[in-house]
Amino acid sequence: MATPPTPTEDIAAEELLEEEREPWWQRLVTGQSTAIALILIGLIAVFSFLKPDEFLDVNNARNIATDAAVLLVLSVGLTFVIITAGIDLSVGAVLVFSGVVAAKLMNEMGGDNWGVILAGLGVALASGLGWGLLNGFLVAKAKIPAFIVTLGTLGMALGSALLITKGVDQREVPFKLIDTVGSGRAFGEIPYLVLIAAAVALVFGVILAMTRFGRYTYAIGSNEEAVRRAGVNVDAHLIKIYAIGGTLSGLAGFMSLARFGTTTIGGHSTDNLDAISAVVIGGTSLFGGIGTMIGTVVGVFIPAVLRNGFVIVGVQPFWQQVAVGAVLIVAVYLDQLRRARYRR
Amino acid sequence: MPEPVIEARQIVKRFGRVRALRGANLTVYPQEVVALVGDNGAGKSTLVKTVVGVHPPDEGEILFEGRPVTVNTPHEARDLGIETVYQDLALAAEVDPAANMFLGREILRPGLLGKLGFLDKKAMRRRSDEAFRTLGVRIQDTSARVANMSGGQRQGIAISRAVTWASKVVFMDEPTAALGVVQTRNVLDQIQRVREHGLSVVLISHNMPEVFEVADRIEVLRLGERVASLRPAEVSMEDVVAAMTGALTFHEKED
Repeated sequence: MATPPTPTEDIAAEELLEEEREPWWQRLVTGQSTAIALILIGLIAVFSFLKPDEFLDVNNARNIATDAAVLLVLSVGLTFVIITAGIDLSVGAVLVFSGVVAAKLMNEMGGDNWGVILAGLGVALASGLGWGLLNGFLVAKAKIPAFIVTLGTLGMALGSALLITKGVDQREVPFKLIDTVGSGRAFGEIPYLVLIAAAVALVFGVILAMTRFGRYTYAIGSNEEAVRRAGVNVDAHLIKIYAIGGTLSGLAGFMSLARFGTTTIGGHSTDNLDAISAVVIGGTSLFGGIGTMIGTVVGVFIPAVLRNGFVIVGVQPFWQQVAVGAVLIVAVYLDQLRRARYRR
Repeated sequence: MPEPVIEARQIVKRFGRVRALRGANLTVYPQEVVALVGDNGAGKSTLVKTVVGVHPPDEGEILFEGRPVTVNTPHEARDLGIETVYQDLALAAEVDPAANMFLGREILRPGLLGKLGFLDKKAMRRRSDEAFRTLGVRIQDTSARVANMSGGQRQGIAISRAVTWASKVVFMDEPTAALGVVQTRNVLDQIQRVREHGLSVVLISHNMPEVFEVADRIEVLRLGERVASLRPAEVSMEDVVAAMTGALTFHEKED
């Protein structure tokens, strides 16, 4: 829908000529999500070439996806938070806390049935929501920087989890939970954990791209004051965003519980950084306003594929951390380049 | 004289110990362009922000079409038919022009999808294109981010947004300050067009030739008070500058 120039008002014609429309294919080629997706495809190609039998295997693909599922759920929430130019360092700690209270409740109730499992899920989501609301309230209303708020709630959530368990992992989880959600497969093929994570990414991806909620998320990250002046309740929106992040952390905690059958309190100390890396590698800008859910999915899979591929190829898996670190820096550098090109 | 559409009386606004406005007045009649001039720090932007709900005043009253109103948020100003083009434009740079046009007033899809908050991006883009065309704002790629656009285009988007939604008054805070000659010409034409559409415009500007070209009336602020209300035809630019600096005092007639 180009605006036809009206001859009588053609004063700014000179200005027009330098404003060439960028065709869609050029945007596709230069877009950051594309660059990152190519890196992922390249990695898969390299590992497939080196170890075709072991890497290119349905079981292996299933392993990679299952490993990535919990991190993806955390990263989906974090994508919203980071697009608003916020940050949430507490996701891993909230995951642990939610897992702990869910395990505790299910043990108190006893029994190995769906009622107990649903109660556990409910309390995991509720505790995640609670931490998220606290984060959101402190960020939006008390105007404390998100970095500090979520660093504080990280400590509080983790400390509370340790207080509740006296520092010992809860190892009793209903067997039915582990057997179905934790290790079961839909149609005998797709692990339920992967299915849950994919559904979460899809639903929230649609919300981000197609709804008013998503639009406000981008606009707030872009210029919070402008959105405020447009009459939008920015504080309420930010609280909702952190509440979503917290609730998804709660869900991730329950998924982790289902998968490992224990609360793994010590195993999530870098989840927050892993999730932030994944989101940023996926093209979401830490400065806000930019990001996509598909990018986040790719960003979650790059470390997962690297870890898996290195093990299969026989490279020390510690190299994965080095490689992911390098990819992270490259991703942010691309973001800076892009911004420098746009800014006038 | 018809009844003023907006009349701000004895507005006081403090920021901490600073009294930015010390009993300032502002009168806007229907379908007129009022230039609000004054030296730096005279309180022009602050006065506008008290009327449009960004910084509600500490004292004083605001009459809208003769009745007293309180405007505590930009939303309340908008409900009265008052829109503002802020000096910083208040655009979200990472979304497209249509998203900015409809920020806070999104069109939703019909039916269930709309109830779920799904946006009707096509409708918003179409109506934005119409608005840009009416005001002579040229944007090739209406799906590109505002961040990719020139200063003139951004100004055009901000003005189009204000004009599209305003039914009474558009406030413009230094709309030409950052623009080149051609774009400035464009904005001045847009102001004329807005008045022809039956709206009033309050224009904050430092540029005297510009003020004399478009304004029907000039209100001069000095040290947080209105010191003069002048007609460009009856005074010279020197008179206005003299009023701004306090070298010359005009008798303030209160209606």
